[in-house]
Amino acid sequence: MNFAAISTEIFILGMGLFAIVMDLVLPEEESRKSIGGVLIFALSGWFLYMFTLYHGAINPLEPASMAALTDRFFYQGLYLVDNYALFFKQLFILATVFTLLFASDYVQSVLRYRGEFYALLLLALLGMCVLASATDFLTVFLGLELMTISFYVLTGARMGSKDSSEAAVKYLIVGSVSTAVLLYGISLVYGAVGRIQFLEVCRSPHLFFPLGIAGITLVLIGFFFKLSVIPFHMWAPDVYQGAPTPITAMLAMGSKAAGIAAMMRVLFVAFPLLGLYWLPMLAVLCALCMIFGNIMAMRQKDVKRMLAYSSIAQAGYMMVGIVAADADGMKAVMFYAMLYVFANVGAFAALAVVEAQKGDTSHRAVSGLARSAPVLAAVMTISLLSMAGIPPTAGFAGKLYLFTAVVDQGFLWLAFVGFVMSMISVYYYLLVAKAMYLGRWDGSKLEISGAVRAAVVLSVLATVVVGVWPEKLAELTNLAANTFLR
Amino acid sequence: MTIGLTHYLLLAAVLFAIGMFGVLSKRNIIAILMGIELMLNAVNINLIAFNRFLPVHDLSGQLMALFAIAVGVAEVAVGIALAFRIFYDRETINVDELNRMKG
Repeated sequence: MNFAAISTEIFILGMGLFAIVMDLVLPEEESRKSIGGVLIFALSGWFLYMFTLYHGAINPLEPASMAALTDRFFYQGLYLVDNYALFFKQLFILATVFTLLFASDYVQSVLRYRGEFYALLLLALLGMCVLASATDFLTVFLGLELMTISFYVLTGARMGSKDSSEAAVKYLIVGSVSTAVLLYGISLVYGAVGRIQFLEVCRSPHLFFPLGIAGITLVLIGFFFKLSVIPFHMWAPDVYQGAPTPITAMLAMGSKAAGIAAMMRVLFVAFPLLGLYWLPMLAVLCALCMIFGNIMAMRQKDVKRMLAYSSIAQAGYMMVGIVAADADGMKAVMFYAMLYVFANVGAFAALAVVEAQKGDTSHRAVSGLARSAPVLAAVMTISLLSMAGIPPTAGFAGKLYLFTAVVDQGFLWLAFVGFVMSMISVYYYLLVAKAMYLGRWDGSKLEISGAVRAAVVLSVLATVVVGVWPEKLAELTNLAANTFLR
Repeated sequence: MTIGLTHYLLLAAVLFAIGMFGVLSKRNIIAILMGIELMLNAVNINLIAFNRFLPVHDLSGQLMALFAIAVGVAEVAVGIALAFRIFYDRETINVDELNRMKG
């Protein structure tokens, strides 16, 4: 047992327990913002420390560098902390830090159980980190469940809101069924192979028996449910709309990226050969996501629900990189996941302020936002343009990497679909901008606290800087992508 | 007739299908949770039968079943708590009433 390998997880668990204890110790009438503040500082410190944990490129033919990789296993191939896992963990921690920054006011004014919000958010983060590192089906299952069960509770955290409890029940039922399907698939794979470690599963010839193939199908369907890939998406819009806005943001940024991280490892490490046979089908699902996600998003009157459909489309874009199935594609997926975090923080921070002070997030509620809170309107516009992939923003660089990677592999039609659909998506993103800038202003002013201002300014800065100068992030993603695909 | 692996797998598949049918056809949240529980237990039977009848060297199947039981309990506990919240909000736990959000 190499406990140094799981220092990040131990740290996050410690911070989660710290939040629970502080919530009990602090007097009832005291604000819980201080807990959030401590968590933000601790997590951002750890985020910076994690840059030192990356290892250099590993050459499988060289025993010394293979030994370095073996040191990164926690216990008998259950859990591996390689560059790929480190990158995704940094992404999750960054997403959580941003969410904590813009959520502190929302939590204070809207939610009833505030300390629990922080503790559960950290436990969900822990689940995501476990998913990124899992190299064994048991660990995948535990990480997935830790993350989703925390999210069931957080989705229902808005006491007294019927939408929130309805969303939580829908999420729980669909989530549990998908867990059962995933687990059934795992049991069939175990039956075919007799092992659950990825590195042993991929070596077994029995995987090609009908039992193994049925197992792989069910495992993939389980993942598609979690990623809300069309046609397994029906829970996503309701859950996104009903959940408290910071949790919607975490679902869109963290939960989706964690699902993609685990799915890529399962596809390319556990089922490398069979995984490749799946790529044409994956390409079709990807195109369906991009087409229907964008078309359904156009019809929405509620901005949160619109973002839910747009996140289905974004999952489609990210899967384009998986279809490419090489290091370039993986690099593009990671790059896109990172800039999607920045774009989401901008959009959801603005929505959280609107929801906390006006009560809902319809187009009517955001109309005139350019007068009532000019900063938020500007940030939201830039973030939405980044999601659409308009040039000076990071979204353009991300889509460029994704589509060039997939064109190199011969899926020209997929890149074409993606290109056309991102043009179409500009329409509904700009509808929000139109409501904010040209809509009727009711004369009210929104209050923006320093924390929200910091979150939105940092996220927009990151969006623009990565868009103009993507080199550093691209180098980091290159390093991370070279871990298991070459 | 000896009971072999096939019988256990069939039992598990039938249980899984019954659970799925329950989730799709029942309208009461508690009954739906019971269906989910059936599906999870079908998986446990599968895992343990494979572990018993196949020439595997470790006990990872049984280990996995233990973890699945614990996680299933956590899931159902959260589910029951949410059913309580739905009841407080609308005095019913019929899922057909959960139709505030559409589109």
